[in-house]
Amino acid sequence: MSTYAQKKGFGATLWDYLTTVDHKKIAILYLIAGGFFFLLGGLEALFIRIQLAVPNNDFVSAGFYNEILTMHGTTMIFLAAMPLVFAFMNAVMPLQIGARDVAFPFLNSLGFWLFFFGGVFLNLSWFLGGAPDAGWTSYASLSLTSTTHGIDFYALGLQISGMGTLIGGINFLVTIINMRAPGMTYMRMPMFTWATFVTSALILFAFPPLTVGLFLLIFDRMFGSNFFNVANGGNTIIWEHLFWIFGHPEVYILILPAFGIFSEIFAIFSRKRLFGYSSMVFATILIGFLGFMVWAHHMFTTGLGPIANAIFAVATMAIAVPTGIKIFNWLFTMWGGSIKFSTPMLWAVAFIPSFVAGGVTGVMLATAAADYQYHDTYFVVAHFHYVIVGGVVFALFAGAHLYWPKMFGTMLNETLGKITFWLFLIGFHLTFFIQHFLGLMGMPRRIFTFLPGQGLETGNLVSSIGAALMGVAVLVLLVNVVTTTVKNEKVGNDPWGDGRTLEWAIASPPPFYNFKQLPLVRGLDAYWLEKMEGKKGMTPAEPIGDIHMPNNSFIPFVLVLGLFIAAFGTMYHAETSWGLPVLILGMAVTLGAMFVRSIKDDHGFHIHKEDLIDDDKDKGVKA
Amino acid sequence: MKVGFKLAMKMLAKWRLLSLFALIALVLSGCGKPYLSALRPAGEVAQSQYELMLLSTAIMVGVIAVVTIIFIYVVIKFRRKNDNEIPKQVEGSHKLEILWTVIPILLLLILAVPTVAQTFKLADVSPMDKKNADGKTDALVVNVRASLYWWEFEYPNEGIITSQEMVVPTDEKVYFNLKASDVKHSFWIPAIGGKMDTNTENVNKFWLEFDSKAADEAGGLFYGKCAELCGPSHALMDFKVKTLPRDEFDQWVASMKAVKEPAKAETASAQQGQEIFNNSCIGCHAVTPANTAPEAARVGPNLTNFGDRSRVAGILDHSAENVKKWIEDPEAYKPGNKMTGKYPQLSSEELDAVAEYLMGLKVQK
Repeated sequence: MSTYAQKKGFGATLWDYLTTVDHKKIAILYLIAGGFFFLLGGLEALFIRIQLAVPNNDFVSAGFYNEILTMHGTTMIFLAAMPLVFAFMNAVMPLQIGARDVAFPFLNSLGFWLFFFGGVFLNLSWFLGGAPDAGWTSYASLSLTSTTHGIDFYALGLQISGMGTLIGGINFLVTIINMRAPGMTYMRMPMFTWATFVTSALILFAFPPLTVGLFLLIFDRMFGSNFFNVANGGNTIIWEHLFWIFGHPEVYILILPAFGIFSEIFAIFSRKRLFGYSSMVFATILIGFLGFMVWAHHMFTTGLGPIANAIFAVATMAIAVPTGIKIFNWLFTMWGGSIKFSTPMLWAVAFIPSFVAGGVTGVMLATAAADYQYHDTYFVVAHFHYVIVGGVVFALFAGAHLYWPKMFGTMLNETLGKITFWLFLIGFHLTFFIQHFLGLMGMPRRIFTFLPGQGLETGNLVSSIGAALMGVAVLVLLVNVVTTTVKNEKVGNDPWGDGRTLEWAIASPPPFYNFKQLPLVRGLDAYWLEKMEGKKGMTPAEPIGDIHMPNNSFIPFVLVLGLFIAAFGTMYHAETSWGLPVLILGMAVTLGAMFVRSIKDDHGFHIHKEDLIDDDKDKGVKA
Repeated sequence: MKVGFKLAMKMLAKWRLLSLFALIALVLSGCGKPYLSALRPAGEVAQSQYELMLLSTAIMVGVIAVVTIIFIYVVIKFRRKNDNEIPKQVEGSHKLEILWTVIPILLLLILAVPTVAQTFKLADVSPMDKKNADGKTDALVVNVRASLYWWEFEYPNEGIITSQEMVVPTDEKVYFNLKASDVKHSFWIPAIGGKMDTNTENVNKFWLEFDSKAADEAGGLFYGKCAELCGPSHALMDFKVKTLPRDEFDQWVASMKAVKEPAKAETASAQQGQEIFNNSCIGCHAVTPANTAPEAARVGPNLTNFGDRSRVAGILDHSAENVKKWIEDPEAYKPGNKMTGKYPQLSSEELDAVAEYLMGLKVQK
């Protein structure tokens, strides 16, 4: 049984991906789906910037603009950044801890399909009467009065994809706790694994409030309840709290893995171990913890009163401390190192000043009394794009270049990569830096147009030009991906030459069972340690033996398809006669799939020792 | 490592200097229009927020400077020169790590103290509770009510109402009760002070002060905005603030109060307009300023002093031509507004008449 992909027909490949439970293939699914939604969200961003390039523009109508801005935010956060982060977690984390897969491969697949169908459902709103139009925050008074089904798509779509995220988070937690290779203690885990661990814990605590909030919204809009209906004794501020109790940790859920990716890159391309590893771990945990204590800084102008505002202001400022620790640790990782500016490292290096700029405006926003000026203006828009693009998106680009060989066995072109980098970097600062000033000069966010004569023309035009540059940069990246895939020049285990952690000790891409023998981990940067002692690879921690692997399964797809169908029934049940039957049908499909999964024994299969040894020979021939 | 570190310490000392502070002020001032920009503070609240902004910016520019210097040094100095070099694997440094934990904490404390103080100061609305013998407050209070794409300003002590253009006296604290009648909005006059939300379930309170000198510079008219996404025309939910010296403000109040009955139109055409108005418009738009009607009956902006205002519908230049355009097709100017379709189509002649009537509604002769 060869582990290397035999030539398969398209149908067989498709079926393989529809049913796969392999973390590496699921990572690729996340990457493709997340990449697609990223392009979609980027297109929406370009529409926004075209509309705002000149005053009184009528490129899109006012109502349609609100749909675009809502979908831009929702898509980028939930359907692009989250799954792309999940792609790298799936692809890399199990390899980094020396595991053969995640703890629950079946759930991994289920999580992906939940996210995917939720995202598709949300985007179908474009074709079925209009997209949500109350902002990605969907504040309750506005979202309840919205007349189209847009908000229903938002609530149901996010509910489905949110379940997937929660399942994914739990899966990663269990994996990291239980499946580390012999010798891989917590304090020897690579920084990206630590980031995955803390992020997953954040997901575990942050997503339930969102689930609750979305359920209240679903019931208010589709089943006649009055949680947010003020006329009937409801309260819309509750939505604001629930949303931000989720929403603030959410930004840390995005940024911590970004920090993790950069920590790997700084160490690899400086040929130096991460400076202050234990304080990095400590800072990551502290950021995760404090992330739950600061949500009301999004609500300084809501009228919570000076006591709440002052407490949340000081708590928010406190987050700057662990974040600062990380920045200095990265700088001193490079200090005294031997820095090679490959594409991933360029992104990492550019991330430091970009993210610091976003971080300091975060502290400025934390000063509650001054925030009354910043709140809901372009200053805030500039701030969060500096942290999310300058932090998360830079990390995703960096991670894509860094891990491309590990995921696909082939390297993205360095020249094209550097062109993408410079175009994007310049475009990014051109777009967002000036928005700080636009906000302070009196431009509120989420406006579909601005009137001439208010001093806002130049800034907006500059911003739109920058956006175009970012668009071109992404196109160059796409060209890079296509040409790289077509050329398909295979690379070895450690294509960057300076890999430090376990994933670089095995083939690119790894065989489907990852490690023929689980490796023995002797310290931080396990693979680097072995290399420094002149060894070619890891010392095995076990003799070659049979490996137990899970079977593929089509059940996750069917289970989620049921929810997808049920969501349509839920949405239309009040106005159509077929709504309720469809809702019941969908739930029946889901429950049926659960039932089959519960009663059917699926013991997986074993790869036999002899086949593993044969694999070695295959490999020898190929190399 | 020591060299760079000394450099960093030098920078830390440097940014404390006022020069940087002044430089930032110089860069930030001259940004934007005096009637709109938060960078051109025109009142006590905006001024104190501007000072906090400067303080935090100065600290943050200092931090950025330190990071940038280390950053540039590292990126230039430690480029790979030889492909075979393996640098020393450094675990960390407790001294350095303590240093870059403690210094940021100190910097944040410097920022936190004025932040907390200002947050409490800006929330102090105690004069709103001090009632005099008449059961009214000595301080001027304005009740702001935000509705889909227009603003109502009620002066409870004076018993009058106006819309779209708030009139306030300069150089004294004005207190606000803020609420929304449909969805959440947010009340913001950037040059005067930070915003506060108008919620649907409660009344928010805060105060602002309008500086007479800055008001002169801004032409006596400040721009206000809705700062919370509220629907398609959120971008167009502008209002204006007219500032007057206290005595002129008192006169304005007196002349508003003098309008007990709808003012009689003077010209024949305006009289025709008034007739049409009384048939088609008065159900939503009052032309007397008294605040006796219940809120629910105040469906559209009060037009008592429409002729004195500077904008039609909050956004169009104030001309009879624009009044006609607006009445003819409000949807074209404010998508999703609540006025469209509430009245019969008017002929061109009728529009002329209504526009003439409305433009004649003045209390300030």
